[in-house]
Amino acid sequence: MGNWERFLDTFFNPKVMAKYLPDIAYGMLITVELAALVIVTGLAAGLALALLRSLGFRPVNLLLVFVVDLFRALPPLVIIVFIYFGLPTLELSPSGFVSTWLSLALVLMAFSEEIFWAGITSIPKGQWEAARSTGLSYGQTLINVVLPQALRLTIPPLTNRTIAITKGTALASVVAVSEILGMASSAVSNSYNPSPLTLGAGAYLVLFFPMVVFGRWLETRMRWKR
Amino acid sequence: MLQTFFNLDILRQAWPILLAGLGNTVLLSVVVVPLGLLGGLVLSLLAGVRNPWVRWPLMAWVDFFRAFPPLVLLIFLYAGSPFIGLELSGFTCVCIAFFLNTGAYYGEILRAGIESVPTGQIDAARSTGLGRFQTSLYVVLPQAVRNVLPDLLSNTLEVIKLTSLGSVVAMPELLFQARQAQSVTYNPTPIVLAALVYFVMLWPLVRLLSRLENRAVARA
Repeated sequence: MGNWERFLDTFFNPKVMAKYLPDIAYGMLITVELAALVIVTGLAAGLALALLRSLGFRPVNLLLVFVVDLFRALPPLVIIVFIYFGLPTLELSPSGFVSTWLSLALVLMAFSEEIFWAGITSIPKGQWEAARSTGLSYGQTLINVVLPQALRLTIPPLTNRTIAITKGTALASVVAVSEILGMASSAVSNSYNPSPLTLGAGAYLVLFFPMVVFGRWLETRMRWKR
Repeated sequence: MLQTFFNLDILRQAWPILLAGLGNTVLLSVVVVPLGLLGGLVLSLLAGVRNPWVRWPLMAWVDFFRAFPPLVLLIFLYAGSPFIGLELSGFTCVCIAFFLNTGAYYGEILRAGIESVPTGQIDAARSTGLGRFQTSLYVVLPQAVRNVLPDLLSNTLEVIKLTSLGSVVAMPELLFQARQAQSVTYNPTPIVLAALVYFVMLWPLVRLLSRLENRAVARA
């Protein structure tokens, strides 16, 4: 067997790949599920915090900024490990899936709050005053005047940040979740062949490559329309 | 509650272990940040080449490594390399994976910075007799870096946080040491302490970033 064939047999072994394809496909399902939960809850919480911040209660805002800073400064893996290994001592035993979901959603909440807030503050004060003077209430101004403009500005940075954080679902493998990487790793140790990892890598590319390309497209499209 | 999450006895025991881990985290950051910047610089300078045979593969390379979760890359190298007779250490794997992953991110940021410098400046610099290389080094890059400084810092923060992935491939950095201490003492205090160390170390950078970002928005 030549070197090239041996390489192919090691990393692209068709038998091993065929055997573990269903496992990886199942892992993909878990990854998608986890990613969808993180994105929806993280962004919703981030927007809620940004709206809360716009009300301008000083003590609330100080606390809010601290929480945001905390989850921007801590590595996601540290938060996952803390929730998964630390909370059981309090009789709470979140599963690996829940630990990862909670951790990544908190991180996305922190980053998206910053981005939403930057978007809201970028709308000139005059617009607030004009809207209020026509008789719109605070809530109406926010929803009908400020947010539609603010959200437009936030879409490109938000997309890129969301992709970066969603990629962190791979961290779930550290706390024994059978998502793509977890499935691939256990398949490698069962089959003593790294082909399942190649397959797993392919699965990640299928999921995330279109998202990255989409993010790039959004960025160039929005650049000149500010 | 305090006995569980902030046990002083365990704190005293775990502190030297964590300190060694912190040393390794700092060391790792000092190695991988410049490595990533270097990779990014090369990628961003190549992005200026108009030839489509350079441009498209380059863009595919960057997007490929941006789409790949860094942990997957790391595990691939760490678990895959022994099968082709290479026994790469955890440290080497982290360096290679970070070079590929963060290089792509730094490359994108620097490219945006370079594109933000008006072409008139390059023409002017060239017409005063500066070479291509001199123009890049003295005229374009300093302004490019200044224009994207918040993004560069933000990515550096992410890279430092990512060094915690080293724990997965048995690099004795801060998180790894904390987990060791936790599994020996059956108490989460070491992990709380490690989180605290990360926070104290990175909070100033987060604050600085937040201010820089707000200023950028105010200017726009």
